[in-house]
Amino acid sequence: MSYLQIRHLSARLVGAKDRLLRDVSLTVERGQVHGLVGESGAGKSMIGKAVLGILPQSVEIVEGSIELDGVDLLQLSAAERRRRIGAHCALIPQDPLTALNPSRRIGPQITDRLVQILGWDRTRAETRAVQILGEVQIEDAARVLRSYPHELSGGMRQRILIASAFAAEPKLIVADEPTTALDVTVQKQILKLIAQMQARHGTALLFVTHDLGVVSKVCRSLSVLYGGMVVEDTAVRPFFAGPQHPYARALLAATPKYTDPLASLQPVPDAVIAQVRQEVKASDKGWFHV
Amino acid sequence: MAEGRGQITRRAGLRLWLAGLWLTALVLAALLAPWIAPKDPLAQDLFLGRLPPFWVAGAEPGFLLGTDSLGRDVLSRILYGARIALVVAVVAGSLTCLIGATLGLLAGFLRGWVDTVISRLIEIWMAFPPVLFSILLIAVIGPGLSSIIIAIVVIDWTRFARVVRAEAMAQGAMDYVASAQVAGRRRGSTMWVEILPNVLPTIVVLLTLEMGIAVIVEAILSFVNLSISTDDPTWGGMIAEGRSSIHHAWWVIVFPLITLFLTVLSFSQLGEGLKDRFDPVLR
Repeated sequence: MSYLQIRHLSARLVGAKDRLLRDVSLTVERGQVHGLVGESGAGKSMIGKAVLGILPQSVEIVEGSIELDGVDLLQLSAAERRRRIGAHCALIPQDPLTALNPSRRIGPQITDRLVQILGWDRTRAETRAVQILGEVQIEDAARVLRSYPHELSGGMRQRILIASAFAAEPKLIVADEPTTALDVTVQKQILKLIAQMQARHGTALLFVTHDLGVVSKVCRSLSVLYGGMVVEDTAVRPFFAGPQHPYARALLAATPKYTDPLASLQPVPDAVIAQVRQEVKASDKGWFHV
Repeated sequence: MAEGRGQITRRAGLRLWLAGLWLTALVLAALLAPWIAPKDPLAQDLFLGRLPPFWVAGAEPGFLLGTDSLGRDVLSRILYGARIALVVAVVAGSLTCLIGATLGLLAGFLRGWVDTVISRLIEIWMAFPPVLFSILLIAVIGPGLSSIIIAIVVIDWTRFARVVRAEAMAQGAMDYVASAQVAGRRRGSTMWVEILPNVLPTIVVLLTLEMGIAVIVEAILSFVNLSISTDDPTWGGMIAEGRSSIHHAWWVIVFPLITLFLTVLSFSQLGEGLKDRFDPVLR
């Protein structure tokens, strides 16, 4: 049963001719983790932003639908969309250092949504905040809630962001490269924490990353993007057994292997890039939009 | 907080203290001028013209910093001049800040057509030469304290608007704003609750700088005789008058100049100091 269903989504810069997202379709099943993989600029973060309604103003969606639990978000009024996303979706952002407002205490940054969107009273929201911080192994929750972000370490802040994302029991969380800004030792813990929380709460997760190693550990299915186009959309097991698309195959081959750390890295061959570019171009044929 | 990060505070430093001390003295001087000024600032006595300050030979007791060519007491005029200087600094500074910062915040956060309109307005506005603009403005609305304040606001709001806009844009691109939006916060409310507190340190620094600038602009306008009536003691007016007798009575121009200089300097130093206090990361 799918929770998020994106159909034929195209987006472009306002007034530009070329598309940034090209006819993207993908599905995230209820309570499952779907990976979104690609190089920088492939449009993976943009898909996450489109779902959460936080695309920059310079980007417009020109085609397609984003169905959340059967309701097309793009057909709703702005206020209705904001409420629906606020109640059912959350974001785990990339950089824990800029993802918490430096001039506000942690407490209200977690409870705001509970109070304003879900209409809880403050005491209940605060109790919930303490409880959810406990779930991400933050012992001293009362103190943390009173702290300002700069008083806490980067790893701590990332835990808080994860807790905050799960606080309102959303049905879908978009994790936008949640481990990229962290150092390697913390990455593993955070990844484990996200996986644990996801399993415990049964939340659907759209996991944006460029790290196929992470995908193999966390995700159930994945989409590989190039140039805003989905080149491969499949379950994780068949993908790692042997990707269908040559670009996906090259991308997998380019991933460093822990079993063979001395092997030289394999760049994606130029021929493969040329081919996938050709496909991207071909997809633009017959695409008209004024 | 027991450990690390929370403990790091910057010491306010000597600069801030000296600046604060000078400005406090100035505020007291302005408030208490009628009681502490040794003479009537308007009283003329041509027999007592161009008396030197007390340590120079030929000084009269009671005229600590000497007199000008009309025999008016320089110290008393400086003390009374602080009133006008401070009123201009505070009122013009705050109004400029309010208008400029609001427009800058709207443009920088809302972007889109709001930004286009405000940005074009700023560019057009800044194409006018400011001194000429203010002289023209006062020529039209007539001299007086409120005219000066209006002139300063009209000229200088762009300073705030530009800087605050850039800062609001930078803050708007941060992940915490995206998180707040996903959590269902309205755009307007995001601007006040999430963005404004983080732009505030910048605004405070600009405000204190602007207060210094307002004092200077008032002095410039007095200098070209477009400020308040020439009888009222203003620092700029005193400097203008002192210029004509600079060769035989240097004190008439030097003391108001020093006062002006220290005041403007103090405002800017105060801004730097307050910025550290307001900055949540350095707090």
